[in-house]
Amino acid sequence: MSRQASGLIAWLGQRLTAVYLAIFIAYLFIKFMFDAPVDDQALRAWVANPPVTAALLLFFPILLFHAWVGIRDVFLDYVKIVGVRVVLLALVAFLFLASGLWGFKAIVIAIIKAGIPG
Amino acid sequence: MQSTRPVFLDLWRIKLPATGFVSILHRVSGVLMVLAIPVGAVLFDQAVSGPQGFAAATALLHHWLARLVLVLLAWSVIHHLFAGIRYLLLDLRIGLDRAPARRSAWIVMVAAVLTLGLVLIWEVTA
Repeated sequence: MSRQASGLIAWLGQRLTAVYLAIFIAYLFIKFMFDAPVDDQALRAWVANPPVTAALLLFFPILLFHAWVGIRDVFLDYVKIVGVRVVLLALVAFLFLASGLWGFKAIVIAIIKAGIPG
Repeated sequence: MQSTRPVFLDLWRIKLPATGFVSILHRVSGVLMVLAIPVGAVLFDQAVSGPQGFAAATALLHHWLARLVLVLLAWSVIHHLFAGIRYLLLDLRIGLDRAPARRSAWIVMVAAVLTLGLVLIWEVTA
């Protein structure tokens, strides 16, 4: 893929993911402000609710893509030493990958243990 | 990519119009939220795991220092959302002229702080 094309995908992807994130994060914000789960069981029940499960499974990769494009742009602008930039990007990539797996694992556990007290 | 465009990124010597402030605050809020991602993932996993995990996550979030970070993150989400909507509208060629662009920039910054204020009032009184 040419670098121009990869730039175009990043530009377009940033906007498409932004629309999903705007809607879902507004929902999360309102949900946790007015109707936050009171305990772990309520939290699991919410996560295991199929529409929420689906929305969360989409949310994590979309959020990480959006955050990756954004932080990469910041590093490209402000970190001029290529070696330092590569190390920082590798660190972020590792953290994002771990976060995504962590979040996915949490969803799976919530579904398996949904309805089971404790 | 090779480019001959002039680049000037010395933050301390740039005098920005409102549009520029929205832009840099968009970045600052974005970076703050990026930092929150790993912490959020671990806390979410902990809260889902069981009563002890949920209690531990809640206790951590109730610490005054965490409260302060949460206020900053709430502002980040709200500002990033409002500024992001503005950018999407600009992409659609809505409000591209200088005067409306500056006006919408002010609206974004003020609305973000006002919304944060409403959120804080709700959280304190509820």
